[in-house]
Amino acid sequence: MFEFDFTLRNVMLGAALLGVSSGVLGSFALLRQQSLLGDALAHAALPGVCLGFLLTGSREPLPIFVGALLSGALAAGFTMLLTSRSRLKTDAALGASLSIFFAFGLVLLTFIQSRSGSGQAGLEAFLFGQAAAIVPSDVRLMAVVAVAALLTVALLWKEFKLLTFDPQFAASLGFPRLPLELLLTSILAFAIVIGLQLVGVVLMAAIIIAPAAAARQWSDSLGQMVGLAALFGALAGVSGALLSASGRGLATGPLIIIAASLIALASLLFAPERGLIASAYRARGARRELEQQRVLLDMYGLAQQHSDPSYPSESGMLRALYGGSPEAQLRRLEAAGLAEHTTHVPGEGTHYRLTEAGWARAEAALNSLGHHA
Amino acid sequence: MLEALLTNPSVVVPLVGALVGVASSLVGTFLVLRGSSLLADAISHSVLLGIVLVYLVTGDQYSPFFIAGAAAVGLLTVFLTELLTRSGRVKADAAIGLVYPFLFAIAVVLINVFARNVHIDTDAVLLGEIGFSWLDTVSVGGVEVPNALMTLGAVTLLNALFVGLFYKELKLATFDPGLAAALGFSPVLLYYLLLGLTSVTAVTAFDAVGAVLLVAFIIVPPSAAYLLTDTLWKTLALGVGIAVASSLLGYLAAIWLNVSIGGTMAVCTGVFLVAAFLFGPRYGLVAQRAQRRRQQGENAARTLVVHLYNHESKEEAGRENSVSALRQHLRWDDAKVSQVTAVGREQGLITLGPKRERLFLTDAGRRLAREVWEPWRRE
Repeated sequence: MFEFDFTLRNVMLGAALLGVSSGVLGSFALLRQQSLLGDALAHAALPGVCLGFLLTGSREPLPIFVGALLSGALAAGFTMLLTSRSRLKTDAALGASLSIFFAFGLVLLTFIQSRSGSGQAGLEAFLFGQAAAIVPSDVRLMAVVAVAALLTVALLWKEFKLLTFDPQFAASLGFPRLPLELLLTSILAFAIVIGLQLVGVVLMAAIIIAPAAAARQWSDSLGQMVGLAALFGALAGVSGALLSASGRGLATGPLIIIAASLIALASLLFAPERGLIASAYRARGARRELEQQRVLLDMYGLAQQHSDPSYPSESGMLRALYGGSPEAQLRRLEAAGLAEHTTHVPGEGTHYRLTEAGWARAEAALNSLGHHA
Repeated sequence: MLEALLTNPSVVVPLVGALVGVASSLVGTFLVLRGSSLLADAISHSVLLGIVLVYLVTGDQYSPFFIAGAAAVGLLTVFLTELLTRSGRVKADAAIGLVYPFLFAIAVVLINVFARNVHIDTDAVLLGEIGFSWLDTVSVGGVEVPNALMTLGAVTLLNALFVGLFYKELKLATFDPGLAAALGFSPVLLYYLLLGLTSVTAVTAFDAVGAVLLVAFIIVPPSAAYLLTDTLWKTLALGVGIAVASSLLGYLAAIWLNVSIGGTMAVCTGVFLVAAFLFGPRYGLVAQRAQRRRQQGENAARTLVVHLYNHESKEEAGRENSVSALRQHLRWDDAKVSQVTAVGREQGLITLGPKRERLFLTDAGRRLAREVWEPWRRE
C-alpha cells in the first residue's frame, strides 16, 4: 500500500511528537478551562507565519516558529487586555481577537501571493496542514520544542498541578502565580506552533482539546490523565498522518482531528466510570433497585399491619399500593429469593409473601432510612 | 444605468460586504450580549458540512436546500454542544472546541475526496471569493442582478424583520431570561431562532467571506458598538454602521494594496474595535484614565478644604493652614501642592494669603468642607 519511506517516517515522527506534546499541555488547558485559548493562539499564529516568511523570504522553520509564537502571544495579550480593561466578556474578546488576527494573516498571505509567484508554495499548508510538506529540519525543530516542553512540565509538575487545581492556595504558599501561568501558556503556544504544519491553524484547537477530554473520562488522577492524553494524541496524530500520506490529496489536519474526535467520542461513551453508557447503566440499576425496594416495603407494611411475617399479599393490593404494575419487580424479588408466591384461598388471584431473607432485607432497608422497627 | 451599476465590481463588491456585515451584526449583537459569541464561531465553521452534504446529495450549485441543510447543521452544532455541556463530562468551552472542529474536519475531508465534483475548494472555504461576487448573476425582470446581492439582501431583510418584530422579546430574553420565561415568552425558542438565523446568514455569506472571516463580521462590530453605548438600539445601529464602514474602507484598502478583500474588511472591523476600546466616550481607556484623574483631583481638593476647615479659627491655624504644612502633614509633593491649590482657587474654594503661603477658605470652600464632614447636614 504505502512504502515506509523516508518522508513517511518524518511525518509519523512529527505527528507523534505533536500528539504527545499537545495531549500533555492540552490536559492542563482543559482543566484550567482555557480550552479555547488554544483555538485563539492557533488562528493568531497565521500572521506570524506570514511575517516570518516575509522577513526571511524562505520557508525556514525557525523564523516561522518565532513569528507564530510572537503573534500568538500578541493575540493572547490583546484578549487579556480586552477582558480585563473593557466590558467585553471572555467569549467576545477571544472570538474577536482570533478572527481579527486570522484576517490579518490572510491579508498577509494574499500579499505574499501577489508579490511572488512561486516562493509562497507551502504557506497554504498552514491552513489545513500538509504532511507532504514536512522536511527533516521541521521534524528536528518539533523534536527540540516538544522535548523542552515536556521537560518543563516534568520539572515543574508539582507547581503546575497546584496552579491547575487551586491557584489561590498556590499563591498563598508563595509560588509565583503569574510567571507560572505565563510559562504554562507559553509552552502551550509552543505545542500549538509546532503543530501548525501538520494540523493547520483552523483545526488546531481540537488536537489540544480532544485527547485531553478523552483522557479525562478514564481517570481522576492528573498523572494518568496526562499520560493517556499523550497516548491518545500520538495515536490520533500517527493515524491521521498515515491516512493522509496514503495519497489522494487528503489534507492531514482534518484526518488527525477526525481521529482525535473519534477517540474522544468513544471515551465519552465507553469509559468505565464517567462514560455515558456506564453511568446510564448504573442509573438504570439504581432505579430498578429502588422500585424493587418499594414493592418489598409495601409487602413488609402489609405483613406488619396483619402481625404476620408471612402474610400473603394479594397482587391487586400490591398494584394499588405501588401505583402501577409491580409484576416485573415481584419477579425479580422472587428470583432474588426475597419473596415467593403462594396460594391463599383458591380462586382469589395470586398472592405473594416475604421470605425470611425478604423480611430481613426490608428491616435493613428501613433501618438505613432511619426508621426503627 | 441600473444594470451598469449592478455589474460594476467596485459597486457590487463593497455592497456585498456591507450586506454581510449588516446581516451578521444584527444577529451578532444578541450573541455578544448573551455571552455566546463563540457559538457564532462554531456555527460559521460547521455550516460547511451542511453545504457539502447538500451539494453531494443534490449536485446542484444553487439549491434552496443549502439554506435548510446549513440551518440544520448549525442547529445540530448548538444542540450537540449543549448536550455535551449538560452531560457534565466536559465544560462548555471544551464542548464547543470538540464539536465544531469535528464537523468542519468531516466537511474538508469530503471536499478533498470529491474534489473533482465539488466547486468549492478548501482555500475558498477560508478566504471566500467576494472579489468574484459580481460575476454570478440572475435575471430579475430583465435586469442582470448579482446572485450574492439577491440572497444576502433577502437574509439581511429577514434578520432585520426578526430583530424588528421581536425587539422587545429579544431584549428581555437577552438581559433577563428568567423574567422572560416567567412572563410566558420562551427564551429558549427565541435563542434557537436566533442561532438558526445565524446559520442561514453564515451559509449565505459563506461564498463571499468564508468561515473564519465571517466570525469577525458577527462578533467584532457588535463588540465595538457595545463599548460605545449602553442602549440596545444604539448598539445595533452602531454595529451596523461599523460593519458598513469596514466594508467600504476594507474594499478600498484591499484594492490599493492588492490583497484579500474579505480579509481587509475583517481587519477594518478590528481597527474599529481597537478605536472603541481606546477612545470610547465612557468605557474607553482614555476616557477612563481622564475620569480617574478628575476624581483624584476632586478628592485632593476635598482633602484640602477639610484640612483647612479643621484648623481654621484655632490657634494652630497659622502653622497648619499654610502651603508648607501641605507638604509636611499631608505628604504632598510640590507638583501636587501647586496643582491642588490651583484647582482650589479655580473653583473658588480657597484664597492665598499675601505672601502666597497662608491658605484661607472661601465661603464656598467652607460649605464644601462641612458637606464632606457632616454630609447629613445638607445646607
